[in-house]
Amino acid sequence: MLAVAGALAACTAGGSDGDGNGGGGGDASNCTNEIKNPDAPVVTLWAWYPNSETVVDNFNEANDDVQVCWTNAGAGGDAYDKFQTAISAGSGAPDVMMVEADRIATFQAQDALVDLTDLGYDDVKANFSEGAWKDVSVGDGVYGAPIDGGPMGMIYRTDVFEQYGLTPPTTWEELEATAQKLKDAGGPVFASFASNQPATATAYFYGNGAEPFTYDPANEGEIGIKLNSPEVKEVLDYWDGLIDKGLVGTENQFTPEYIAGVINGDYATYLSAAWAPGYLQGAGVGEGADAGVWAAAPMPQWDTANPIAINWGGSAFSVSSQAQDPELAAKVAFGVYADQASLDEGWQQQIIFPLNVDVLDSPEFQDYEVPFFDGQQANKEVYVPAANAYKGMTYTPLGQYYYSALTKQMAAIIDGSATGSEAADALQKDVVAYAEEQGFTVTE
Amino acid sequence: MSVSTDTPVSTKSRRSTTVRQNLTGWAFVAPFGIVFLALLVLPIGYALYLSLFQKSLIGGTRFVLFGNYIKAFSDPSFLDGVWFVIRFSIILIPLQMAVSLAIALILDIVVTRFARFSRLMIFLPYAIPTVIGALMWGFLYSDNFGPLAEIFESFGRQAPDFLSTSLIFYGLLNIVTWQWAGYYMIILYAALQGIDPTLYEAARIDGASQWQIVLRIKIPLVAPALVLILVFALIGTLQFFNEPKILQPLAAGAIPNDFTPNMYAYQQAFSLANYNYGAAISFALGAVVFVCVYIFLFATRKRGSFMS
Repeated sequence: MLAVAGALAACTAGGSDGDGNGGGGGDASNCTNEIKNPDAPVVTLWAWYPNSETVVDNFNEANDDVQVCWTNAGAGGDAYDKFQTAISAGSGAPDVMMVEADRIATFQAQDALVDLTDLGYDDVKANFSEGAWKDVSVGDGVYGAPIDGGPMGMIYRTDVFEQYGLTPPTTWEELEATAQKLKDAGGPVFASFASNQPATATAYFYGNGAEPFTYDPANEGEIGIKLNSPEVKEVLDYWDGLIDKGLVGTENQFTPEYIAGVINGDYATYLSAAWAPGYLQGAGVGEGADAGVWAAAPMPQWDTANPIAINWGGSAFSVSSQAQDPELAAKVAFGVYADQASLDEGWQQQIIFPLNVDVLDSPEFQDYEVPFFDGQQANKEVYVPAANAYKGMTYTPLGQYYYSALTKQMAAIIDGSATGSEAADALQKDVVAYAEEQGFTVTE
Repeated sequence: MSVSTDTPVSTKSRRSTTVRQNLTGWAFVAPFGIVFLALLVLPIGYALYLSLFQKSLIGGTRFVLFGNYIKAFSDPSFLDGVWFVIRFSIILIPLQMAVSLAIALILDIVVTRFARFSRLMIFLPYAIPTVIGALMWGFLYSDNFGPLAEIFESFGRQAPDFLSTSLIFYGLLNIVTWQWAGYYMIILYAALQGIDPTLYEAARIDGASQWQIVLRIKIPLVAPALVLILVFALIGTLQFFNEPKILQPLAAGAIPNDFTPNMYAYQQAFSLANYNYGAAISFALGAVVFVCVYIFLFATRKRGSFMS
């Protein structure tokens, strides 16, 4: 952490513990990586991909006219809080920042991000799907270079399924029947509904054809909120029913407790995104007694005639409005993690699910026999179709508040103090009140 | 003549001595004064200034005077949070006091090596940082890692989930009592040690039993210390933040972002970028704390002597 800064655009040998600098993010004299070409102008970058250092090195080696100075400012919330503080303070933000899709609209509303439409978007437009672009866009503006996504699928335990004679359900109705069958036979719960995962619940809403938000900054201050639509209510009532019947668990996810449960076989499935195997392996899943028992299947559908692919998570590189040279920063945003070597490492180690269509369409990726899934060609069978069919979501500046309000309502459903429909109505009321207080004109 | 020449000189020299003494005094206070001004008064003043503005995503920042305070005192999130910490205090503080007083009285009577060891052990939780204490309890409450599940299983029962919406109150109650009872015990123990032993002797000669000594002598004489503890505990509990914030990742449903007023202020400032409203909530909470402490001191003004 104590960076021994050299005289020039200095580099530090230490500090690869990823804790980075606590000071100004825009400061190029405090990089975690080594700058290969000290004469070139430097662009600062915050990112928390596990292989950020390799990715940045790949970029710096390939480019003579610009160099990236990378810092890990913390993962997710920590990095956003720092970025938020830097934006409020007017200085200290990096030039380029790794941002998850659901945060972009919030930062965009504060004029913290640069529109990339005229800064190289056209050159890479064809590399990504329509849904990928929609997730990083606000209105007509493009505020991020897509890197990875989270097309959702059902990860299930073949040992549990075999023991109880189950087949992966293709519809939500079938899922309930399967879960009931499993419970009646004395098996574990089928899945989990965690109140700390509002993003998953939002994906479920979209899976039923809901459009919870409409937002376009071009229409000054207008926002559409439909969180109590029949589609949303149907989803929440459905999960409420599963909880009441004891078919699903309700523990928080991403906790040691939950992971221990996953390893123990307390859950027959994990409804999750394509990046989940990487996360689970990092947490020790699939290494001991549960090695080779995992497989992937497509997400259940409400209507198999009109299937809807859904997505959870995913990130992009955005250019901050504090960037000294937005053009150069945009070059970095579009260039980092875009080269073959970085992408290959990313997907082979299951660190990211790439959105670059060249990778998605490549035979190596399609036919890859995923070790975590015991050699199943999960990309081809489950995730690539889901990624290609994904139409994108609409994120709004209310995102953070909405998630926190949804968490509250999910908790109410779990502890039985509200039905799914009641929770949806309360959620609508809560979020609309916040939107109006923030000066929006709300269409319900 | 001599008088008239003397007088101004002596006045002048006295004045310069006073000035010099004053300066020396200020010089001694300066290190504290600078830190006090820079790190306490200035930030508080700035926060007060911030709290007078309203910031919204559409329309920017504008001056609203006490608008944020009016909003806070009609905001269900803030009011529910205040109500929660008040309820929590009402249960927690008597419990903590009873536990620490009981232990202090026992340790005051029993004088063995074991008593000294116990005193240290009971004090130990206070020496453990809150963060670590809360994390540790998070694991102890856990179904997969904690001992609760096994203990209850041996009786054929399902272990209570202290991180669920219905039991989180008691889960936190236990953690805070565990953490602070030892500290309060030390304060009470010190007060007990300060009592003149001749009083006990006199009481015993008059035929008082051990119980009577405790009830009629010891407890009345440590009453000022009890009031002190109460005020500490009240202020600390109304500002409840660390424990719920640390347990939140394990119990997001049971501990929402507006669980306590301080957590709500944190959410407003750092995740919703509304520093102005966050500052207003902090000041509003300060007002609530002030009122609660004042009511309490007023109610105990006869017995409490440490502030009068």
